[in-house]
Amino acid sequence: MAILTKDEAQALLKKVLSYSKADECEANLTGTNTGNIRYARNAVSTSGGVSQTNLVVSSAFGKKLGVATINELDDASLEKVVRRAEELAQLAPENPEFVPFLGPQKYKDSITYVPATAAITPKMRADAVSQSLQVAKDGKTVAAGFLQDTIGYAAMMNTKGLFAYNTYTNVNFSVTARTEDGKGSGYATRGYNDITKLDTKSVTKIATDKGLKSAKAQAIEPGKYTVILEPAAAAVLIENIFFGMDARQADEGRSFLSKPGGKTSLGEKLVDERVTIYSDPWNPELPTSPWTGDGRPQEKVSWIEKGVVKNLTYSRFWAEKKGVKAIPQPDAIVMEGGTKSLEELIKGTKKGILVTRLWYIRNVDPQTLLLTGLTRDGTFYIENGVIKFPIKNFRFNESPVIMLNNLEELGKVERTVSVESNANYLLPPMKIRDFTFTSLSDAV
Amino acid sequence: MADVALNAARSKGASYTDVRIGRYLNQYLITREDKVENVVNTESYGMGIRVIANGGWGFAATDRMDNDSIAKAAELAVSIAKENSRLLTEPVKLAPQRGYGEVSWKAPIEKNAFEVPIKEKADLLLSVNDAAMKGGADFINSFLFTVNEQKYFASTDGSYIDQDIHRIWPTFIITKIDHASGKFETRNALSAPMGMGYEYLDARPQDKIKGVTTLYKERYDMLEDARLGAAQVAEKLKAKSVEPGKYDLILDPSHLWLTIHESTGHPTELDRVLGYEANFAGTSFLTLDKWESKKFTYGSNIVNIVADKSQKGSLGAVGYDDEGVQCGRWDIIKDGVLVNYQTIRDQAHILGLNASQGCCYADNWSSVQFQRMPNISLLPGKEKKSIDDLIKGVEKGIYIIGDGSFSIDQQRYNFQFGGQLYYEIKNGQIGGMLKDVAYQSNTQEFWNACVGIADESDYRLGGSFFDGKGQPMQTSAVSHGSSTARFSGVNVINTARKLG
Repeated sequence: MAILTKDEAQALLKKVLSYSKADECEANLTGTNTGNIRYARNAVSTSGGVSQTNLVVSSAFGKKLGVATINELDDASLEKVVRRAEELAQLAPENPEFVPFLGPQKYKDSITYVPATAAITPKMRADAVSQSLQVAKDGKTVAAGFLQDTIGYAAMMNTKGLFAYNTYTNVNFSVTARTEDGKGSGYATRGYNDITKLDTKSVTKIATDKGLKSAKAQAIEPGKYTVILEPAAAAVLIENIFFGMDARQADEGRSFLSKPGGKTSLGEKLVDERVTIYSDPWNPELPTSPWTGDGRPQEKVSWIEKGVVKNLTYSRFWAEKKGVKAIPQPDAIVMEGGTKSLEELIKGTKKGILVTRLWYIRNVDPQTLLLTGLTRDGTFYIENGVIKFPIKNFRFNESPVIMLNNLEELGKVERTVSVESNANYLLPPMKIRDFTFTSLSDAV
Repeated sequence: MADVALNAARSKGASYTDVRIGRYLNQYLITREDKVENVVNTESYGMGIRVIANGGWGFAATDRMDNDSIAKAAELAVSIAKENSRLLTEPVKLAPQRGYGEVSWKAPIEKNAFEVPIKEKADLLLSVNDAAMKGGADFINSFLFTVNEQKYFASTDGSYIDQDIHRIWPTFIITKIDHASGKFETRNALSAPMGMGYEYLDARPQDKIKGVTTLYKERYDMLEDARLGAAQVAEKLKAKSVEPGKYDLILDPSHLWLTIHESTGHPTELDRVLGYEANFAGTSFLTLDKWESKKFTYGSNIVNIVADKSQKGSLGAVGYDDEGVQCGRWDIIKDGVLVNYQTIRDQAHILGLNASQGCCYADNWSSVQFQRMPNISLLPGKEKKSIDDLIKGVEKGIYIIGDGSFSIDQQRYNFQFGGQLYYEIKNGQIGGMLKDVAYQSNTQEFWNACVGIADESDYRLGGSFFDGKGQPMQTSAVSHGSSTARFSGVNVINTARKLG
């Protein structure tokens, strides 16, 4: 069993630190038990159960840092990994940017652990997949999917007196339903901390319906179109803004947030004034760890308010240099929306394209955050407020920053999962004008 | 330990079992400008047990290596297989595989990178950074990644296989900023991740190809590349923005490897063709009927592409794959026609083969092995032809060096690629540098537009440490070789945009 209790983790970390001869030492301990089941061609393919632990030891002599990891936890291995981190630190040149480890911190209690999820068995997984397969077969589609559950813990301790511990559970499910002739494909995914919220039947029904409706797609010319992005499609574009909020990159002039003369977009209007984005680790819909990997407590942070950049992320070194607060990477991101449902957004669209999923997103130009990728698993042409017919997939080249300046309307917020990063978000569906599709794809 | 797992699984009802005991060592050196930001050594040790019971697969992995924990993991693998067997449409059918007894394989490295002192490696990266900064760069981030996989495989077929695998990847990103305009450009290293030891960094004159920049064969001169990169990134800032349209492309192996990877490597994975990756990585346009026809023209008749898991210095080279099959080489595209796929033991019968092609791999002891891409490479042209010979024939073209942005659809039809360096070609002559370049094409159209391939004297490897596939996702390291090649009439777009 790879899951240690708070007391067990604390005792083990104390032992690790007892071996330290460095000026400072910090140890991060994690463990997970995961179970998964994978299926394709309407039958189970591979599945498994994995139990693993990882111990990361960071040792510092002055401003010289070494890091070593190990997953064997006997006394000899614990001492070995500490000695190795110390050797690396002694051999490494001094890093003037080294910041001493944090002292004791206060953390709020988390809501990340759900006992029901921790109690999943191989039979429960097989039953959940069996239900999904039945829905796919009833719909005359061929299903491929994946269900994975995890119970885990993370603990850290350092020689400055910091100690943190958290347990969590999560379950992720995704399914693709393709028509038997391979001409239609639909996808749906859900992620929760609590397995009781997951209904594989209803998720598979969404994928099956999309798969059937997307068959016999027609080709229309690439170009600039008004699009309605479902939250899953919006997530994989917009998250690239959050990934690039680093203050140092912006200050150094090598970010989409950099401006001529060494200035940045901090405090300036970046996108449409209806865009407000914040991170809230205490939102009950997005449970997350109360602390970050380096021990900083998580807090609610405003990133974009009414279109204006309100905060950037700061490493502890850069924050110290700039004399500002060190703000970690956002977690549990919420984008405010409107009151309309997806159907109402479609109803109010004279001519446009409904995009349900985007795929293979890559950065083309970091200067403008230009991204490329393709639509996938259900793209539809809208005319006079109704879906007219499914269309062939497009490649797009678009920047989420430009896109959020071309905002027409936001719908009602819902929880979604990024298929690129696996992160969960609360995001609205959104209507965007002049979204740039550059070529057609024959892929289904 | 392996026998404990094999016996425990058999006693619980497994009809087949394989066991992988692995120790995975990684080292990362991370620097920027005049600072070593981090030195990290990672080590992971454990066992993965895969079984067939009631006709279905089960897998369990543990890092607790006492006999009791191993037996429990074997028991869990069998119970998962039995539980899932009710969801099968047909039982797993394994291609026959003889046991090899006790055998071993070791990567033919000359200098173990893990035995090179940290100081020597840090000094190299800092000298590279210094060269770039003195050359006018504003920033440089440089990295050295080294990997050692020590793997032991045992199966109920009677194989006990010990393997020692090494990989290395030195790389950097140079950034130059025009503070007045706020524009910036980057230039990445032209190195390749390799299945080699530290000898990859022993620069030798015979491994250099001199042209608009220096290109590298089996050894890499990181210092020289950084000096050249610093000058080129400044030139990139001033380069002409490309006029969109049709161009003949001359693609260097440091760029072409990624196009081969995405447009040939992935669509010829048999698990994708069959639909096993439909929920994540996708399926393939290279359906079985195209292979069965024996006349599907994937590319022009000079396009010959091979799979090879025995290629010296490549990332995918091993003696045996992760289900105990000895590795080799076979044709994928022959004279432009699709002739084969990449298979593992439970797929071989679908192609009428009575043996696996040895493409099974797991990225860790904790991951279940499945079909992964072997090294997939474009064979050099048969006629004597240099890079200059290729360029001479081009009226309007672009010479692209280094890999950049990449994206391809889930069936591998439509792709878009960028690079590191773009040079305009006019009337057979290389002109100035271009920027904002990306090309879009369709796989079959693109490979049928291949009208020239340089000879074997230009052959080089590129590759990736991080090919992603599967759920849960696993990474795999794979190389792709080629000589410089010419593609006619490819659509080039301009990627410049304005914010605000």
